[in-house]
Amino acid sequence: MPVPAHMEFFIDPNRCIGCQACVQACSECDTHKGHSMIHLEYVDRSHSVQTAPVVCMHCDSPTCAEVCPADAIKRTEDGVVQTARKPRCIACNNCVLACPFGVPKMKTDAHLMMKCDMCYDRTSVGRRPMCATVCPSEALFFGTREQIEARRKRSAPTNSFRFGNQAITTKVNMMLPVTARSEYIDVTAAMGDRNVGKDIRFTVLTDALFDDAEERTV
Amino acid sequence: MRLKHMTRLDIRPENLKATAWGTAATAVLGVLIVAGSRRLNHFDAALVGYTFAVLFATFGVTYRYAMWLMRPTTAIYWRRGWQVFLRPKYIGRNIALWIRHVGSDFVLNAFVFRRGKARWMAHWLIMWGCVLATAITFPLVFGWVHFATVTGDFGTYEAFVFGFPVSRFQIDSLIGFLTFHGLVWASILVTLGVMLAMRRRMRDRSAAAIQQFGEDFLPLILLFAISVTGLMLTASYTWMKGYAYDFLAILHAITVIFTLLWLPFGKFFHIFQRPAQIGVAFYKEVGRLEPPAHCRRCGHGFTSELHVRDLIEAERVLGYRYDIDGEVEHYQWICPPCRRSMLVLAQGRAWADELGTGVYPLGGESPDGVTPRFGNAGVNQGPLGSEDRDNFHP
Repeated sequence: MPVPAHMEFFIDPNRCIGCQACVQACSECDTHKGHSMIHLEYVDRSHSVQTAPVVCMHCDSPTCAEVCPADAIKRTEDGVVQTARKPRCIACNNCVLACPFGVPKMKTDAHLMMKCDMCYDRTSVGRRPMCATVCPSEALFFGTREQIEARRKRSAPTNSFRFGNQAITTKVNMMLPVTARSEYIDVTAAMGDRNVGKDIRFTVLTDALFDDAEERTV
Repeated sequence: MRLKHMTRLDIRPENLKATAWGTAATAVLGVLIVAGSRRLNHFDAALVGYTFAVLFATFGVTYRYAMWLMRPTTAIYWRRGWQVFLRPKYIGRNIALWIRHVGSDFVLNAFVFRRGKARWMAHWLIMWGCVLATAITFPLVFGWVHFATVTGDFGTYEAFVFGFPVSRFQIDSLIGFLTFHGLVWASILVTLGVMLAMRRRMRDRSAAAIQQFGEDFLPLILLFAISVTGLMLTASYTWMKGYAYDFLAILHAITVIFTLLWLPFGKFFHIFQRPAQIGVAFYKEVGRLEPPAHCRRCGHGFTSELHVRDLIEAERVLGYRYDIDGEVEHYQWICPPCRRSMLVLAQGRAWADELGTGVYPLGGESPDGVTPRFGNAGVNQGPLGSEDRDNFHP
């Protein structure tokens, strides 16, 4: 059965608190038992707690499938890009290296690419993906457009991304500010960025110790 | 008018090329059948239906294989795979690697074992059952192998291959029993494998989510039908005095011929595709010995430069434009962890503009530069193997 069209995946990495619940829940999924397909990384561990939860974005024109020499990756009619078909995958690593979002993984000893398939065993029967059921901050949210609009007044979903000169549209949405100047997310524009955060100044201690405390903020 | 209509059928050059390959392979097999059966002297006319089904399957499989090799990425890796295999510097190593892979991948199906024990048991039994059955039936159908009693000794059989005598054995001996019941052993292997595979397909929720009748069940049903009808033939002439033998023979022929005709279209085509896995192993092995690519964002090495350059070529042929102005040149030069990191940073950048916060390095230079790190790269939560460890760096 296909995933119902009115149920959509919305991601807002800005809300991620790095709790790892999604990582644990993901490995419970029946389609890749024991293996977590979510990538959860610290963007710049030395200076920031910012984390990057990344699931498959299910591209409309999936580069991973196009570069697969064995034709092992199929996109079902509901727009879900399935993980590699086991009889066909020849473990060439093309998909791992070509995916613009860096999603697929390679299980080297089994000669098999594995990736997030939006918990197809669950979503195809009307359930939510494992990660979205456990995410406490709803950085990963699976539901209807009405539900997300009611929850996030300041955000609007987009499914358009740019990588250099290449535009990619996806089934999965990412949340942008309603007032965002661009309708797409320019991924390569963040090439030189290190982390995103609010510059907080702790002045209590310096106020107490120094007369010229205002100039000694840390 | 007619010609105009035909040009609208859009027969592309690759279709013609694949048709030529298919025709050539079928013709070669036809010649081999005539020559191997000594001008059809040893050809069993009762098996002519099987012969034509095999000829059709040969055309279909070759056609599809040729079309597959003409896909842009497959063409690049097919060419490159042979180039790296034949490089004088690596040829010795590659031959040793080939022997190792034939043993572990083909003979033992070790990679299937690592995907799941139940899956492996089912696959291994089905594969060896089919290999055994094919090795027995195809040469018999083509007239390449036949048996004859030795003149003056009705208790001894002589086996001929391509018309040449090869060996003799007593009909009542153990060798005779094992030889004449070769297809029974093959049927038992296949039946057991099919039952295990069916069990998995009916109980596994992961399989249940994506399996399709034509792709996943039909091949198992066909193999089961061939095995059972084949066993019924043996049962008929061994214990039932040939009861319903003619009907069973036709039923068995129908199941086999349908399977042969289905060979180029469905799941069975993986039998011909899978050996490419060994070509990929050469490519990756040579890539490991060549200079690595370095991420043009974080500077870490990841896959081989050879692989990155080939992927850039493949993506351009496919019409993708991942080119980036400036030093980076192409998005393919960015490692997967940096891609994931940049996606999140790009989204954060939009929010930073909205909320009035900054995008900046906090606290000066990081000892790791801008290298992203897995939050918890515990067992099976980060990289899944040695290649992921290379591509996703520490």
